[in-house]
Amino acid sequence: MKVELRGIHKYFGVNHANDDITLTIPSGTIQGILGENGAGKSTLMKILSGFIHADSGEVLLDGKPVVIESPAVAIHDGIGMLHQDPLDFPPMRVIDNFMLGQKGGLFPNRVRAARDLRRLQKEFDFDIDPENYVDSLTVGERQQLEIMRLLYLGARVFILDEPTTGISAAQKDKLFETLKKFREQAITVIFVSHKLEDVEKLCDQVAVLRQGKLVGAMDKPFDQKKLVEMMFGKEVPLGTKQTACQDRTVLNLDHVSIEGMRLKMKDIDFHICEGEVVGLAGMEGSGQDLFLRACAGLIRTVGGVVKVNDRDLTGKSYHTYKKHGVEFLPAARLEQALAPGLTLAEHFILAEKQTGVFINHERGRRLAEERIKTFNIKGAPVSPVESLSGGNQQRTLLSLLRHPLSLVLVEHPTRGLDIESVVYIWGKLKERCKQGAAIVFMSSDLDEILQYSDRVLVFYNGRISHPFDANKTNVQQLGELIGGKGWDE
Amino acid sequence: MKHTTLNRIGFQFLALLLAFGIASLVLLAVGASPAQIYKDMFGSLGTKGKIADVLVSWAPLLLATAGLLITFAAGLWNIGVEGQITFGAIGTTLVLRLLQNSAMNAGFIIALSIFAGMLAGALWAALAGALKTFGGVNEIFGGLGLNFVATALTIYLVFGPWKRPGTGSMSGTQPFPEQFNLPLFEGLRLSPWALIVAVVGIVFVSFLLQGTYFGLRLKAVGKNFRAAYLLGIPTWQYMMFSFLLCGALSGAAGALQVTAVYHRLIPSISSGYGYLGLMVAMLVNYQAIAAIPVAFFFAALNIGSIQLPIVHKLDSSFSGVLQGLLVLFILLAEGARQRLTPKA
Repeated sequence: MKVELRGIHKYFGVNHANDDITLTIPSGTIQGILGENGAGKSTLMKILSGFIHADSGEVLLDGKPVVIESPAVAIHDGIGMLHQDPLDFPPMRVIDNFMLGQKGGLFPNRVRAARDLRRLQKEFDFDIDPENYVDSLTVGERQQLEIMRLLYLGARVFILDEPTTGISAAQKDKLFETLKKFREQAITVIFVSHKLEDVEKLCDQVAVLRQGKLVGAMDKPFDQKKLVEMMFGKEVPLGTKQTACQDRTVLNLDHVSIEGMRLKMKDIDFHICEGEVVGLAGMEGSGQDLFLRACAGLIRTVGGVVKVNDRDLTGKSYHTYKKHGVEFLPAARLEQALAPGLTLAEHFILAEKQTGVFINHERGRRLAEERIKTFNIKGAPVSPVESLSGGNQQRTLLSLLRHPLSLVLVEHPTRGLDIESVVYIWGKLKERCKQGAAIVFMSSDLDEILQYSDRVLVFYNGRISHPFDANKTNVQQLGELIGGKGWDE
Repeated sequence: MKHTTLNRIGFQFLALLLAFGIASLVLLAVGASPAQIYKDMFGSLGTKGKIADVLVSWAPLLLATAGLLITFAAGLWNIGVEGQITFGAIGTTLVLRLLQNSAMNAGFIIALSIFAGMLAGALWAALAGALKTFGGVNEIFGGLGLNFVATALTIYLVFGPWKRPGTGSMSGTQPFPEQFNLPLFEGLRLSPWALIVAVVGIVFVSFLLQGTYFGLRLKAVGKNFRAAYLLGIPTWQYMMFSFLLCGALSGAAGALQVTAVYHRLIPSISSGYGYLGLMVAMLVNYQAIAAIPVAFFFAALNIGSIQLPIVHKLDSSFSGVLQGLLVLFILLAEGARQRLTPKA
């Protein structure tokens, strides 16, 4: 199906999120959309898939203008969107999820749906048990399920938003294989990403957005240097790495045991020094999140001793840890770390030390302006936090961190962010290290882990590897451990 | 900015028109003349006595609203406010009964009894809060249950231990001697003290929510519980505080009902001000000071409808119909405004 966007404009308040976007995607093409965070990629895709409406502009499918009122209308017109976090229903079975959105009376035909699901699985070489519950699937498998569901609903245009984050290399290969098959069936694919290599490997043509505008397009073969230039407008310096571990221990775990909903972790011994960065690698849900939360006092340990700056904090709450200079930054920024509805200035006031009973709003505004400048946040003191883009929300979180700090625990510090933000955020984190803070972070991006950590721990099904020196290990070695190879029984 | 304000006023005006329009249809359906009825409801507002009557019900309504604004800020639906008013009234009655024969100064006893009412209201709210924070019982269900308990307890007291000499009756307990009533304006049923307490209450809440760390933290808890916790706010303590404050303010409303209006405990002492307060709080949406005129308007509807059964043989619950319609349409208009207004 041929997709044409003509003169799309979208404003959020004063922010011109899409500025006159015109783009033609021929039938059966894999179109890459590149751009840094806040460039307007998500906005454009949400307009195309009916989640939000353009202020002006036209969408044409196979030459016919369409009005996409809602996601339901979009799928009716043949546009299906695969979200970064699959929009499925984890407590339901695979087959039930597969049938969602189907028209057809009070009594759905499970037998026929099961047969069709089997047929689709065979066609794309997927292997998901229809009777399994979705919450037991990996992100990659949930993606596969969503792809089949959208196909079953008659999607002829697939929008994929950052689909390669959080899935394994094998699943990524399979995903790309599937998308290439779509080409033969004249299905159009729109692939939104900030990973250049993925775009290069997969796409036929690429469009680059920057600050709401379409700044360039390119056909195969791509000139990577030029693409980076189009995305950022300037050269991006990479962060430098330092391996300076002083001898003062900030955090010490001694035979600690943790029990999560699904995992039990026993006898963890771990310590981290001032200024050190430790990366936690592993498939999602292998225990890294439990580990981080246990280090912050957000979940209670069931055995052993946790010491922060040589003080025994075992069994204490997060607020006690906070008093001793520990901060936790969750991956779900808007859901867990910021209060939607409150402004940037109000967040800074909340994070600062309280002075008296009454708030000095003027001081709060000045504080916000100063932080917005230092942390390069695109927003105003009165902007509600939910109006910021993901990268700017992450910058805000960093700017909320107090001084001085002993330990920063970060979940996916740069998930979904563009290269410039990544470099910026790591620059700020490394600054903290120089001031004596230790950092423990988890990431599904091995390159990030290797680039920024001093030591690496690999998690597999609740087990923790011995620490690797980041300079002496490589993707191959870590990858095998993440996949479950090389663990002595 | 100016454009937005104008726009908002336009939509709200439309909402008023629609609410009165639908209410008129209801009136027409039962064969009454809307014009005549609205005239009777509002026309009589002209007299000094009538305005005083409206203010008599405005004061407790404003106090209940003030309390609810605090729990709203914390993201809580404190339906239990009715019971908290009732409990406040019970607390006040208890202290007055205990001390009415003592040698203490009557004014001091009244002050003490109002304080006891606030304490009792806070206590009842704390129960709903404890159920929520420690028992995982949603405050709506907990509050509703506690409302029934409070009502039952009032009826038990009125007909049991605190009944009038002879037999208990729905008209309540034995009225207190006159020196235990809050002083009234000359020739009116309105007490200046009730007005003072109500205005102090709403100004206090307005200030608390707009200008203090406590208010901002409370809002953070209400907007995102988990983020507030990570920001270092002791979340459950703040929730409990908001329940306590709301309980104290609605307890004060109950205390006024006893000391300034009824001078005794009656079975329906809360007069539905709690539920009405929920509507006012929803309408003013954090703007505490706006509650002053809105509560006045709602109180005026209540007072205006008292005549309806006598003059028009209509049930006085018509004011409830009108109030409900107003809330519905004003919220609807706000939603429509946000949807229809182009963002620029």
